[in-house]
Amino acid sequence: MATIEKPEHQYVPEQFIPDPGPDSILSPGHDYGTVTDRITGVVYNPFKKSPKKWMVGAFVAFCFVNLLALCVCVLFLRGVGIWGINIPIAWGFAIINFVWWIGIGHAGTLISAVLFLLKQDWRTSINRFSEAMTLFAVACAGMFPILHLGRPWLFYWLLPYPNSMWLWPQPRSPLEWDVFAVSTYGTISLTFWYVGLIPDLASMRDTAPHLWQRQIYGFLALGWRGSAIHWHRYQKAYLLLAGLATPLVLSVHTIVSFDFAVSQLPGWHTTIFPPYFVAGAVYSGFAMVLTLIIPLRAWYNMRDMITLRHIDSACKLMLGVGLIVAYGYGLEAFFSWYSGDKYESFMYWNRATGPYGFTYALLILCNILIPQALWSRKVRHNLALVWIISIIVNIGMWLERFVIVVTSLHRDFLPSSWGMYIPTKWDWGTYAGTIGFFMLLIFLFVRALPSISIFEVREVVHHEAHLANEKEHA
Amino acid sequence: MSHAEILDETPAIHGAMVEFDDPDTLLEACERAYAAGYRKMDAYAPMPVEGLAEAIGFKKNKVALCVLIAGICGATLGFTFLEWISGVAYPHNVGGRPLNSWPSFIPITFECMILFAGLTSMFSMLAMNGLPKPYHPVFNVEAFRRASVDKFFLCIESTDPMFRPHDTMHFLGSLGGKEVSIVPA
Repeated sequence: MATIEKPEHQYVPEQFIPDPGPDSILSPGHDYGTVTDRITGVVYNPFKKSPKKWMVGAFVAFCFVNLLALCVCVLFLRGVGIWGINIPIAWGFAIINFVWWIGIGHAGTLISAVLFLLKQDWRTSINRFSEAMTLFAVACAGMFPILHLGRPWLFYWLLPYPNSMWLWPQPRSPLEWDVFAVSTYGTISLTFWYVGLIPDLASMRDTAPHLWQRQIYGFLALGWRGSAIHWHRYQKAYLLLAGLATPLVLSVHTIVSFDFAVSQLPGWHTTIFPPYFVAGAVYSGFAMVLTLIIPLRAWYNMRDMITLRHIDSACKLMLGVGLIVAYGYGLEAFFSWYSGDKYESFMYWNRATGPYGFTYALLILCNILIPQALWSRKVRHNLALVWIISIIVNIGMWLERFVIVVTSLHRDFLPSSWGMYIPTKWDWGTYAGTIGFFMLLIFLFVRALPSISIFEVREVVHHEAHLANEKEHA
Repeated sequence: MSHAEILDETPAIHGAMVEFDDPDTLLEACERAYAAGYRKMDAYAPMPVEGLAEAIGFKKNKVALCVLIAGICGATLGFTFLEWISGVAYPHNVGGRPLNSWPSFIPITFECMILFAGLTSMFSMLAMNGLPKPYHPVFNVEAFRRASVDKFFLCIESTDPMFRPHDTMHFLGSLGGKEVSIVPA
């Protein structure tokens, strides 16, 4: 077990119980000061003393960011012809990746907002981190539709602004709804994240070892001083933001699904799409939370705050949402048979047994069959297995979008207009590049900001102290 | 010693402050200070403490009202704008739909409502809290650095009509806290 280097200026207790087990969200023995030191210690730890794995990870991610820059430059020079897209498959990786990334973002909002409204105390240690994940995933998602535009430098044509031609966007189109939904989602996620950070930035302003750090955190903390009246308004604002973010997250993925469902294409034109897309988004998002948090809690020795209880709850939620997704697949098959429409039934037959049939088989394996292992408590408590399953679900959810986009488009009504889609190295490069971009932002985030909400953990400490008191008196 | 005399011989002060180790003692102290007749005071804590704002006499939280108004404005503006785009500014026939095809304007109207309401919840909270505020007298007290970490403070301000430096400090000392200090303005 790696131990954190103890900075000279502050007190970090040496002995922590590594993991309090699946029944507790915080190790005993913590007080208001130790949780602060523990969480800020990760940030104050001198850069040169970062864990080796962090260094290697950040470097690899940085290499992929350069790959992204290369792919985007070539795209700007030569146009979208470098990708595998063609007619009939005009929507290739760009849309697949867009939907995949947006979906990953959704679990962050769900953990922060929905679990907050439902008063689930286990959200406390992972909400800050998942909100950051949301922001970075939305940044990656936002890139793809713009890169797909053909002339990305004219992206502002999507926005309704008074121009010399007096032309306005088409507000009846789901693609225009998307512009509003995704930009609102990005803005509100940033607001929610920043509001949550303000009190912790104030803690860092008052404890950071270097003047320049105190200046930066002080500037961002806006002069927060923890007044009781400020807290009162703060809590109200936070509650309202959570209440607004919850329908927002549902609306965003519903609108993303409308991009498909409003069209006439067999395989896209289905009423099940909105709930099925939202469930899929949450599914992949929880998978990404687990993929990221399992290694990070080990590297930074955060086992006392991100406990087996968190992992276990996230696994159960992932399993539950996964079953809704499975129900969606079932209904798709049912519709294609029950509609009696020959194009619908051909679409389904082609999806399962056509040239892309292997992707459908893999999708069922990754998204439905393998995650059933999570029913077992033993599997949920085996971190290595959970991590592998979370990656499998991520791959499965990406395949789902591939299947929806490509198999529906490549063989539609007229056999004379059928075609095949083969992604090129530039498709793969751009995709891998955004993963690198996302990972680099995550790596920088854990070094620069408190990745666990400090003041909310203090509330947990207070709560647990009260519980202990009551037990003593009883 | 009268209030005027004190003001003559000491520099301007913001108030008097006492430090506590835990939120429960602070809450009790606030209730006692309010019962003793003090009104201009503020409690400081590194986390939200239930009932603390009410204990020092805070009643009207207007954040929700602002957010409601902003949400209604956002939805109205969004919907009117779309009607204007498709009915007045750039009317054209899309698949035979009427110019006023309002059901398809609902998604954007909804997003505008959330955007306005969400931003307002942050900005109204900050504005009513008087933030950003780069300087505040309470930061003059050295121990206050820990108000954002693990200590709890009650500050009775000099603008309170009942404020008498000597008596108030004595009163604060009787609340079961630790150190009592004067907060220079």
